[in-house]
Amino acid sequence: MKHLTSILIIEPSDIIVEGLRTILEEAGGFNILASLCDSTNLNERIIASQPDVLIINPTLLPQPVRSFLASLQQTRPQLSIISLIYQYVEPDLLQAFKSTIDIRENRSTIISIINESFASTCDETDMDGNENADLSDRELDVLVLVAKGYSSKAIADELHISIHTVNSHRKNITHKTGIKSVAGLAVYAMLHNLM
Amino acid sequence: MSKTLFNERMKLADIISANPSLILMLPRFGISLGFGDQSVKQVCQHHQVSADFVILIFNVYTFNDYLPSVDELSCINMEHLIPYLEASHVYYLQQRLPHIERHLKHVADTIEPRYSQILLQFMTDYEKEVNDHFQEEEKNVFPVLQRMQQGEKTDGNLASHFIDGHSDIEDKLSDLTAIVYKYLPPNAIPDESIELVFDILQLSTDLEKHALIEEKIMLPYANYLSGRLK
Repeated sequence: MKHLTSILIIEPSDIIVEGLRTILEEAGGFNILASLCDSTNLNERIIASQPDVLIINPTLLPQPVRSFLASLQQTRPQLSIISLIYQYVEPDLLQAFKSTIDIRENRSTIISIINESFASTCDETDMDGNENADLSDRELDVLVLVAKGYSSKAIADELHISIHTVNSHRKNITHKTGIKSVAGLAVYAMLHNLM
Repeated sequence: MSKTLFNERMKLADIISANPSLILMLPRFGISLGFGDQSVKQVCQHHQVSADFVILIFNVYTFNDYLPSVDELSCINMEHLIPYLEASHVYYLQQRLPHIERHLKHVADTIEPRYSQILLQFMTDYEKEVNDHFQEEEKNVFPVLQRMQQGEKTDGNLASHFIDGHSDIEDKLSDLTAIVYKYLPPNAIPDESIELVFDILQLSTDLEKHALIEEKIMLPYANYLSGRLK
């Protein structure tokens, strides 16, 4: 049986909650938990109901919102938190959320925002295992040559591996270090005394 | 999808209080502070800049998924587009980057010289790259667009001149933040390092929108003009 995505909605307006509930029920594939009209005891409610997705009106979150969200996300990395808006909200604040649903979106867009946000959270938590791992020996070899200005082709020749493998090492290096440009990788290599 | 966007009948002060970072845009339009309770339309009339255009920029900077259609663009007075982009370039080159460099120098002073040298070299190279990119646009892109605006037929592909440069400029800035907060040795001045990261992030958001305006507004607008001139 397909697992239903369970959704907790936190929003004071009954009209909006009922509207959203109807849209989700008609689309199917969702288990909509009893909604809340404020964020009192939010942590306890989340622990009790174990939602996959939290859809919340950002004005209801306790201040400071960013640190509240960060600590919630840290304790529940697999929870996808989506803001529900119908008025102007600081873009900086919205960035703290996985995604945003504007109530003026049409129904299929709303469903796809929820599905994409849920799917991307699953991907991220799957990757968590090796994210903090240090670079492998081979990746270090590639990193040093990249930092010295070698092209992928030249690195492949130097290390006797295929260019495809070089590119996949480069992708992993960028993913692990958070650095994309050659110049940035050169700084990284030098700060780590690799060259 | 209809959104509650800003419009020219709103008070400029209300728009700024809804999104305070827009105050950075005002000098690029030549709008001075002290506008009281005037609407955007009134302020723009006073400073002789198109209110449509100012509102367009405010909306792009504020609403992340907002982009005007070509039809909407064709109704906007875009006379101020090039002066605006040039003023943005001046702001980045003469104010933000030197400001970030000053901060970076202070931080670099507190770490081992061999590391600080690498860091400052990265910044110098970066500033040169941004400068070259802007000069390329000002030499090869803006004049062509200006001739199109004056109704002259031109040929050549504007896009080829700058799109690659944008992603590289954005990547390096994001690399610089990662280097400062993840990889610099911990004996650097922490307060100043944090301030530095904030300054870089602010510039990075600004540059992202700037690139968006060039790629998703200036280019479609140029295509619209060249279609009309055929």
